Amino acid sequence: MSTDAILSFEEAMEKYDPVLGFEVHVELNTKTKMFSSAPNVFGDEPNTNVNEVDLGMPGVLPVVNKTAVESSIKIGLALNCKIAEYCRFARKNYFYPDTPKNFQTSQYDEPIAYDGYLDIELSDGTVFRVEIERAHMEEDAGKLTHMGGATGRIQGADYSLVDYNRSGVPLVEIVTKPIEGAGSRAPELAKAYVAAVREIVKNLGVSDAKMERGNVRCDANVSLRPHGRERFGIRSETKNVNSLRAVEHAVRYEIQRHAAVLDSGEPVIQETRHWHEDTRTTTSGRAKSDADDYRYFPEPDLVPVLASREWVEELRATLPEPPAARRKRLQADWGYSDLEFRDVVNAGVMDSIEETIAAGASASVARKWWMGEIVGRAKTADVDPSELGVTPETIVELNKLVEGGKINNKMAAQVLDGVLAGEGTPAEIVEKRGLAVVSDDGPLLEAIDAALAAQPDVAEKIRGGKLQAIGAIVGGVMKATRGQADAGRVRELILERLGVEG
Amino acid sequence: MTELNNSELIRLSAAQLAAKLAAREVTSVEVTQAYLDRIADVDGQVNAFLHVNAEEALAVAAEVDAIRAAGGAEAEALHELAGVPIAVKDLIVTIGQPTTAGSKILEGWHSPYDATVIKKLRAAKMPILGKTNLDEFAMGSSTEHSAYGPTRNPWDLDRIPGGSGGGSAAAVAAFEAPLALGTDTGGSIRQPGAVTGTVGMKPTYGAVSRYGAIAMASSLDQIGPVSRTVLDSALLQEVIGGHDPFDSTSLTDPFDTLVAAAKTGNVTGMKIGIIKELHGEGYQAGVENRFNESLELLKEAGAEIVEVSCPNFKYALGAYYLIMPSEVSSNLAKFDGVRYGLRVLPEDGPMTIERVMAATRAAGFGDEVKRRIILGTYALSAGYYDAYYGSAQKVRTLIQRDFDAAFAQADVLISPTAPTTAFKLGEKLDDPLAMYLNDVATIPANMAGIPGLSLPGGLADEDGLPVGIQLLAPAREDARLYRVGAVLESLLEEKWGGPLLAKAPVLGSSSTIAGGSN
Amino acid sequence: MAAINRDDVAHLARLAHIEMSAEELDRMAGELAVIVDSVKSVSEAAGDDVPATSHPIPLSNVFREDVVGHTFTAEQALSGAPDSFEGRFKVPAILDED
Repeated sequence: MSTDAILSFEEAMEKYDPVLGFEVHVELNTKTKMFSSAPNVFGDEPNTNVNEVDLGMPGVLPVVNKTAVESSIKIGLALNCKIAEYCRFARKNYFYPDTPKNFQTSQYDEPIAYDGYLDIELSDGTVFRVEIERAHMEEDAGKLTHMGGATGRIQGADYSLVDYNRSGVPLVEIVTKPIEGAGSRAPELAKAYVAAVREIVKNLGVSDAKMERGNVRCDANVSLRPHGRERFGIRSETKNVNSLRAVEHAVRYEIQRHAAVLDSGEPVIQETRHWHEDTRTTTSGRAKSDADDYRYFPEPDLVPVLASREWVEELRATLPEPPAARRKRLQADWGYSDLEFRDVVNAGVMDSIEETIAAGASASVARKWWMGEIVGRAKTADVDPSELGVTPETIVELNKLVEGGKINNKMAAQVLDGVLAGEGTPAEIVEKRGLAVVSDDGPLLEAIDAALAAQPDVAEKIRGGKLQAIGAIVGGVMKATRGQADAGRVRELILERLGVEG
Repeated sequence: MTELNNSELIRLSAAQLAAKLAAREVTSVEVTQAYLDRIADVDGQVNAFLHVNAEEALAVAAEVDAIRAAGGAEAEALHELAGVPIAVKDLIVTIGQPTTAGSKILEGWHSPYDATVIKKLRAAKMPILGKTNLDEFAMGSSTEHSAYGPTRNPWDLDRIPGGSGGGSAAAVAAFEAPLALGTDTGGSIRQPGAVTGTVGMKPTYGAVSRYGAIAMASSLDQIGPVSRTVLDSALLQEVIGGHDPFDSTSLTDPFDTLVAAAKTGNVTGMKIGIIKELHGEGYQAGVENRFNESLELLKEAGAEIVEVSCPNFKYALGAYYLIMPSEVSSNLAKFDGVRYGLRVLPEDGPMTIERVMAATRAAGFGDEVKRRIILGTYALSAGYYDAYYGSAQKVRTLIQRDFDAAFAQADVLISPTAPTTAFKLGEKLDDPLAMYLNDVATIPANMAGIPGLSLPGGLADEDGLPVGIQLLAPAREDARLYRVGAVLESLLEEKWGGPLLAKAPVLGSSSTIAGGSN
Repeated sequence: MAAINRDDVAHLARLAHIEMSAEELDRMAGELAVIVDSVKSVSEAAGDDVPATSHPIPLSNVFREDVVGHTFTAEQALSGAPDSFEGRFKVPAILDED
């Protein structure tokens, strides 16, 4: 695998103006598939969530899932799109073993939703409008597993295995118009756009919206042009960029790569690129060729979808609060300052905090844990905070242990590490690691007496009313108990011992 | 119990058999066994069947007999055709029997599900005798494009039985089955009916579910009955028809007055339109003569004959040969050696899935299928779509308008079903275009989705072979065809002194052992 | 309307995933040329004002309620498969590594 030359991002930005485009595929969470009544369920035994339709058996016919159409209309409305009064499905013809009919049933030139927009708020509060060209309905393909070879990748595989459980799962593909003017904020905008789409479909309840499960998948188009030129450059399409951070990195990398190609005087090749999370680079996929003649034609086994205005308005009336409005409400409910709330949003933990509060924590406790402990660890582990593996229940349990005086904050952080290391529940880890706060006053008093005896001058100062000097004694006690004492209780006992009012 | 010998039994119509079964004058096992014996006797000559389903057919027959013998509510609830056997075109999938579509690519394949029409036959407890031969994937007008050898016309074993449903038509004509299911994309029920002296009905598009009929051209395909009488087709269409939630193009209209229409045939005061473009030049003289004779009979029975013109029909064949292959190229893409059916490995070079697919499809499909796939791939490909597929879909609109105008002047339209009587095996095999011309009179109905019925119109003077008369009605007016068809049928039979098939040559050992044996 | 030649047929056969020998390509090109010639009048038949008909009987909004129906066991799903392994369909390598 050869390594492509890249320019530094700053130099690329100095010389070129990026134009972006996104195709985001959203898997709907309907009970059944787009065109068959087989269950739409993730992760079961291979080839068990299928019937003859999903396997493309001879003689089968598709029937459209009404709920999938309604979900698609809701997505269109949430993206400020127009909803087509008349639209159809088409067949996209190409041979691939994960596609059981060797055509995909997909909308083509008659999408159910078109001409929308989404206002994206960047980290500093700047609002950037992304225009939506269309949102159309289609079906997912099966899953290929490449066997043999060293990498488990398609390259070098001896053979492949096909599981059609995912075949026919309803998808909505959301396509943007070319996004111009993002400049050096292009990578950030890319991430924020995909995050916004994900937030919308999750908020609508039409998708589980888990990127790690492929519920939301992004293809990112990048092209560069010299500053001041109107005509777009040749674009690359980076496929299946499947985390928010990867979207940002992939766009950044492609900008740097394109810039190096253009600088060398070579033309950019219009091609598919594959994103590699491990190296944070893309590699060349397939160039556009005449094999991309998909021979679209209207699907003769399906009839048109007519979305009456009454139906659309009925669906509009069921839409939940939009995410931007929701953010306003949550900030007010939680009592966070503007800065605190923006930090929470930028750190990507708003949903996690909401879930943690729903699980029983206070707003300040939830923020303390997510922003104080989890975000940092996620950064170290190089994953999104919500993907670190901390559940709201863990936080609630940890907090109860602290508030009940069982453990102190320092221990709680150790317990959290234990949870992440898979050692068990917080209570189990406290038990196993022997982390309970020493609450029997006997051993504490012994340690206090020793500390007072070791520093008689300090003891004298305290007796004399200089209470700020108490820290030296507390420190000595904590050291002697290896941090297992409750510092508050130690302070109380010292004052008691010296007969001073605290 | 029965007073009829087997030879007489198998010559009864389905309606007659149903009456005798209901009256317990004969058992379903006797009837079914008589047909199985007949198949064993003559199918070596005819080759109508690709698979004979004796065991299951007899089990269903025995079940019906047991229910009838027990009497009571369950016997009362039996369908009128319960116990009447039927043959099924091997394009329709069936659990428990192979389904080949007449192709090598599906040799040995067993469907894990039943077509909707098969479920309906099972619900009506009609014993399924077996699966009948066809042109590969229903592409052809002679059944010579079957990978399993041609079916022969019972009227002359050197001639074709029509196609693609030659197996179903020949089985019914040779008394190997009283009824059969066919599929009609451009005439595959009606043209075989015409050249074998049987009745074939293409219902309104959507009147019978297509679920489980292996798709050839989705917007043209329709399952329908094949029988020896008009009433029998009506009886069968009422069994297999009706709305199916598994077929998005299935109609919700009831279609429940078909049998009544066939029983109360009447043409008095009806306007019957001759389509100017569908007779005369290009039609065999004997075909024209029989056609004119039918017009005279209808006039005598009180119908008014008018002439209508459908000027855009001259584009119908061309448009059909763009739309049909386009849909074929996509519908047949699924046969790739991955999930079912044949897999062939390339002889040399890298063993990639793409090459395995290409080798499988090269070995599994016959020439006619390949021709249509390539033609359809061409018609849909970038740069040609508008000129070919797009234009053909517009022609479809023009044909519908022609029909609308014609039906404003006539209640029913009439034409010969096919331009000629049965041609010789091999005669047109090397000339695809000549083969395609056989469908010139039947294709317009598929393009417009309207129903079409072909019934025997007599024998051509020059060759003594059957001629078919086609009746066409507006969409959803299937009953009208049965009403007119029944009248014409009875007038013709009166003239002939009995059913046309009585004039067919005797086949099998029954030609030497009169009356057959038990 | 362009005439159809051997290279066109070779390209179409690739798109359609049908292996064809040189002899077959020649024969098919000849046959298709005749057929294409015979259907070319179709493109001149209708003017721009004529709408296309893709469905013979116009219907719309035919939907299925989102209710789970029958499924196959893996065994049923694989019953006709030319090759399978551990509950999945087995296919040769997708890419050519040579």
